[in-house]
Amino acid sequence: MIQRAVILGGGTAGTLTANRLQRETGGQAAITVVDRDDDHWYQPGLLFVPFGRARPGKLVRSRARQLRPGIGYHHHSPVDHVDVGQRRVHLDDGSSLPYEVLVIATGAALLSGETDGLAEAMAQGKAFSFYEPAGAVALRDALAAFDGGRIAINIVDMPIKCPVAPIEFAFLADWYFRRRGIRDRVELTLVTPLDGAFTRPIASRHLGGLLEAKRIGLVTEFNTGEVDGDGRRLVSFDGREVGFDLAVVVPVHGGQPYVSRSPGLGDALGFVPADERTLQSKASPDIFVIGDAADLRASKAGSVAHFEGEVLVRNIRSFLAGKPLAGSYDGHANCFIESGFGKALLIDFNYDIEPLAGRFPGRVGLPLLQESRLNHLGKLAFQQFYWHVLLPGRDVPGLAAAMPRAGKEFPAAADARTLFSG
Amino acid sequence: MSTKVYAGTAVTVDDDGFFADPQQWHEEMAPQIARESGVDSLTPQHWQVVTFMRHEYAEKGTGPSVRALSKTSGVSIKELYQLFPKGPAKLAAKIAGIPKPRGCI
Repeated sequence: MIQRAVILGGGTAGTLTANRLQRETGGQAAITVVDRDDDHWYQPGLLFVPFGRARPGKLVRSRARQLRPGIGYHHHSPVDHVDVGQRRVHLDDGSSLPYEVLVIATGAALLSGETDGLAEAMAQGKAFSFYEPAGAVALRDALAAFDGGRIAINIVDMPIKCPVAPIEFAFLADWYFRRRGIRDRVELTLVTPLDGAFTRPIASRHLGGLLEAKRIGLVTEFNTGEVDGDGRRLVSFDGREVGFDLAVVVPVHGGQPYVSRSPGLGDALGFVPADERTLQSKASPDIFVIGDAADLRASKAGSVAHFEGEVLVRNIRSFLAGKPLAGSYDGHANCFIESGFGKALLIDFNYDIEPLAGRFPGRVGLPLLQESRLNHLGKLAFQQFYWHVLLPGRDVPGLAAAMPRAGKEFPAAADARTLFSG
Repeated sequence: MSTKVYAGTAVTVDDDGFFADPQQWHEEMAPQIARESGVDSLTPQHWQVVTFMRHEYAEKGTGPSVRALSKTSGVSIKELYQLFPKGPAKLAAKIAGIPKPRGCI
């Protein structure tokens, strides 16, 4: 019997899963991808739009055309809910799709309504989000008209997609205003709920040092309760304030609304809990989760979806064959961090090993946690790599699921822990 | 790691004062931990959150974020900050005797 695999979401994670699954099963599984439109955005490119370094029209392609022939694509109706017990996806138009295995790959939604005043401040043109195309374009125009004052770059809450993007935005803004010759008239401040620039100590110290060197302010442990457009200030839940003339806000993230309409599927925020090694959902053994939609302690990033994809497809094949799940994801993530002036840093880490200095993927590779022109070229090249290698779900030499240890400079304590945990 | 004495019993805490082993925690210890963290008395609402934190930890292996705590417990984030002024997720975890919430990456 042909087994039916339904994949919800035709973004990075859903597309690479569908293509890999189709190739590895040789067409033996009937694969259907469901999304609500046909616009596949290259999301890392949105960071460059506000600075005039990327044009939105160049960042979007057809979702359907990124899928291998033979994969069904359904984008005429959004998902209403998943009936976990009956193994059926119900669509808005009343039709439904039965499945033997379901993959949740619907990413994260931006929930500006979660923060008092944010929607109003955005409508007033005082706050902007570059995480979606229209916001990135509006911010480009606002920056072009900005000739001095305070810019607050605010992460409202974690988790967010690409946790380094707000730091990159700050670095690029510093460069942008320097080039315009008005940097001394612009006050840049990164306002974060974290206790440092990043979540892990070594990278946090390193990035914190770079912020300081670029004279970008850092306000930590700031849990934004309100964005007050009229008063031009961010107000935290514990009553602290940060003033601004222009706010760049990364809104609260949650899962897609259909997750919350599907009993038993998601958590309080609409993310889908899963085993962090096998990626099998906690809701049901026939549901797997990949990418930003998952409630995992891995970063929400395209590289994570790429590394997860290899493990996920192996496990789906085991599941469909009635065998124990063999694949194990180690939390591997890999991110370029643009630092302006044609340079970038690279970080590579997993659940257990924080981003360290060294080289990637081995001793003669790209420099880690260090600004270099090579990394910037890597970030630029990544866009072609994304469409032609990552989305097709190919194995890439040097970019396997398991995080490479060679080339990394382990501090003494971490080294000992690595040895003991094998 | 160091040792602290709460309600007459020695317990192991990490560098930030969070319990290393939630099994060592007893309800009688909570008022003293709370006072040390600037919460003078524990009201029934405080207890509701503390109990919930322990329940979440038992289920998921980590304390919830403030937002998840608010969504699941039905107590608004503003109220949570009134109850635990220096940060509900961390403070409630400390008083509830569970490790520091992992947070996100």
